[in-house]
Amino acid sequence: MSDEQAHSAEAATVMTAADIDRALTRIAHEIVEAHRGTDGLVILGIPRRGVPLARRLGEKLTAIDPGFDPVTALGALDITMYRDDLRTSGARTPEPTQLPAAGVDGTTVVLVDDVLYSGRTIRAALDALADCGRPQAVRLAVLVDRGHRELPIRADHVGKNLPTSRNERVTVRLAEIDGLPAEQEQVVIIR
Amino acid sequence: MKHLLATEGLAYDDALAILDTAEEMAAVSSREVKKLPTLRGRTVVNLFYEDSTRTRVSFEAAAKRLSADVVNFSAKGSSVSKGESLKDTVQTLDAMGADAIVIRHSASGSAAQLAASDWSEAAVVNAGDGAHEHPTQALLDALTLRRGWYSGHSATGSPRGTDLAGMKVLIVGDIVHSRVARSNVWLLRTLGAEVHFAAPATLLPYGVVSWPVIVHYSLDEALEAAPDAVMMLRVQAERMGGVFFPTAAEYTRRWGLTDERLARTQAMILHPGPMNRGVEISAAAADSPQAKILDQVAHGVAVRMAVLHLLLTGEH
Repeated sequence: MSDEQAHSAEAATVMTAADIDRALTRIAHEIVEAHRGTDGLVILGIPRRGVPLARRLGEKLTAIDPGFDPVTALGALDITMYRDDLRTSGARTPEPTQLPAAGVDGTTVVLVDDVLYSGRTIRAALDALADCGRPQAVRLAVLVDRGHRELPIRADHVGKNLPTSRNERVTVRLAEIDGLPAEQEQVVIIR
Repeated sequence: MKHLLATEGLAYDDALAILDTAEEMAAVSSREVKKLPTLRGRTVVNLFYEDSTRTRVSFEAAAKRLSADVVNFSAKGSSVSKGESLKDTVQTLDAMGADAIVIRHSASGSAAQLAASDWSEAAVVNAGDGAHEHPTQALLDALTLRRGWYSGHSATGSPRGTDLAGMKVLIVGDIVHSRVARSNVWLLRTLGAEVHFAAPATLLPYGVVSWPVIVHYSLDEALEAAPDAVMMLRVQAERMGGVFFPTAAEYTRRWGLTDERLARTQAMILHPGPMNRGVEISAAAADSPQAKILDQVAHGVAVRMAVLHLLLTGEH
């Protein structure tokens, strides 16, 4: 149990490491089913936590269809410069954007993020993506959908629908970003 | 960070944040749409009291790539030639709604005076004040140096988050008149590099012994110390009256990066431009694969985008 949890009796684990892995496996299968294979598929993670999630989805896609090549079909899309709250939130250092060498024109792009909330991050991601090329279609995969959308945006693939109140915080803790052992990965809701 | 006035006193974390942001800005130049919406609706004023093409164009390109509106104000042919003071000019620009003022002025400390005044609420970027500082030039030099240095010195295999610890940088030439040299000394020291000077005694500033640098009075001796990069400064004819060295030919013989000296070094070669080919740098040196002079120009736009982004976004 982490320090933060010990101090806050109101934090509850809603997904364990095994739950996260199972959800990603299911999403990978859903993507292959919806796309009828993996040809022309590009998976883009939104920094920071979307990037390792996209990488894991890529591994699972390769396991399902060996024709899926993570080197040419996996990337990251930074949205810092496209945010709509740049004037009011602190100045941020952008994270790297890495697109497949062949670009995204004519592909089906699956954006990957950890938590879908207001929808503003995805709005920014769509603008950023439009400046990089013209995909044939854009889909959205998220680990957690916690509701409270402020824009007409919805996810195509959801790991877990989590009803929340606005006072609660949903945090995804991943090994790559938070520096914890893989078996302690979790999604927590803090009231 | 509200203003960027000098690299002296610029915190290590802020310097790295600017360089890391600039890395991502540089990537925008290779995209199909070379523009970001970040500063849409903001106004950047280029207030230039001294002639400058490179720096002004670079700032203009940077602001436009971030979708800001750019107003260019040069002293020549303006109200300044009718005797308007800096204060009145700035208050006029402020009344027009400037969000950032990029200022170049022949008086050292002018940018700091503007930032400390209540003439304008705008963020101030120093684009060169007298012989004092030129911080964005030092930042673009550092970005160029880091590109050549990070491999083998970065834990992550990318330039991001890497500093210049252990790098030896030699600055050659007219240091006394050079705001570029001053800004570089402070920034390179903050990033952990070792700075060497090589210059005739007449072109070294008074009190240089107290600076955190190693001074050589011979370029050949300085090259023997195996610098990782050599930064040639321009011989600034307009700032000297022929009193600092006897002839251009003698300067070249003793202090120029000649073909013969080029053959003795593996270092990256930098020059802030404009170059006097055949004086401080030979044509072969300027065009050699070791020369990163055009990279510096490209990095200038990226660094200025990063600075404008970091100063104009976020709460102040």
